[in-house]
Amino acid sequence: MKKHAIGIVTLIVISIFLYSATALCLSDAYKNNIYNPGNLKPIDSVLKVHIGDPAPDFSLPAVSGGRISLDQYRGKKNVVLSFVPAAWTPVCSDQWPGYNIVKDIFNKNDTILLGITVDNIPTLFAWTNQMGALWFPVLSDFWPHGAVADRYGVLRSDGISERALFVIDKKGIIQYIGVGNINKRPRLETLVRELEKLEK
Amino acid sequence: MYISVKKIPMTLATIVIFFAFLHSLAFGSNAPPVKGDVLPNMKITVPQNAIDRSYLGLERSGTFTIPQIKATIVIVEIFSMYCPYCQKEAPEINRLYSIIEGNPNLKDKVKLIGIGAGNSSFEVGVYKKKFNVPFPLFPDEDFSIHKCIGEVRTPYFLGVKINDDGTHRIFYSQLGKFKGAELFLELMLQESGLKQEK
Repeated sequence: MKKHAIGIVTLIVISIFLYSATALCLSDAYKNNIYNPGNLKPIDSVLKVHIGDPAPDFSLPAVSGGRISLDQYRGKKNVVLSFVPAAWTPVCSDQWPGYNIVKDIFNKNDTILLGITVDNIPTLFAWTNQMGALWFPVLSDFWPHGAVADRYGVLRSDGISERALFVIDKKGIIQYIGVGNINKRPRLETLVRELEKLEK
Repeated sequence: MYISVKKIPMTLATIVIFFAFLHSLAFGSNAPPVKGDVLPNMKITVPQNAIDRSYLGLERSGTFTIPQIKATIVIVEIFSMYCPYCQKEAPEINRLYSIIEGNPNLKDKVKLIGIGAGNSSFEVGVYKKKFNVPFPLFPDEDFSIHKCIGEVRTPYFLGVKINDDGTHRIFYSQLGKFKGAELFLELMLQESGLKQEK
């Protein structure tokens, strides 16, 4: 009887896991080009920075060419770092096209958005081309692999990053950290609310 | 603990029913509706905006279903603020609305609404403002409507014909692409039978 009970519970757990994938990345723009990794462990890393800490500086290659460092915005712009787990996967392929139509909100709050993944430049080039012309820089944290994600404590054990947002003010201080369930897109209004708190 | 041979069909049936139940929970109706179907039971919150309420001919509060809209045909766009194709086509869908509203023969008969799959009210508001969308848009943050209509990709269009007796049928159910406002309107009038009725 006990074996029966264990069997039923296992069946329920497996079934719920199999059926719990979220309906994101719906756009026909990607058609069959999105690889679905299934439902992943919601969070698989431990933060190494906290609100109030100076944001670790970095310099990463941009898809548009050249390198971009966090330091170049110090004293000039607030910065949002948007780490997304990987190119050509659900959720990630939606998130930035959404940010792409709210440039005015970033501008109003004197903020630049930097999109970061652990993919290499050619992959990011092909992937972001599907999104249309993005107004914000997209940076590759490919080599040394995921080094920036790791410095912030958002590199997962399988080498991809968390779905994470860091809001950094003009003094280079972290004002907001959002590391959410990797399987879900963060609500835009949460980020906008944080941007509105920043000094303009 | 072994299952007796006699109990095997019953056990298998239980497993099948169990999976079917889980499937229905997770995916709702699963397949997108097809031409000739009626809409699944999906309730939408009546807009707070008086202009939208007036456009749809709806009462002040509560929920409504699409066949309750005061129209002969309703075109439903399933979109997302996060969908690049939806963003790109938004101006042309707006033009479709303008053509309909500018035609006295169609103005009160053809209505247009959008449902933002997985979008919060805020996100739908951002999309509406960004693209100056003149027709009512509704959030579907928990994907409940989206699941009802088979988790379609976006943009997706449904055409619903509402009969005088209050019954309705779907006359169009198709994933974009939208090939221009005039062509799409002609298709809607043709497929719904409204063109012949004029």
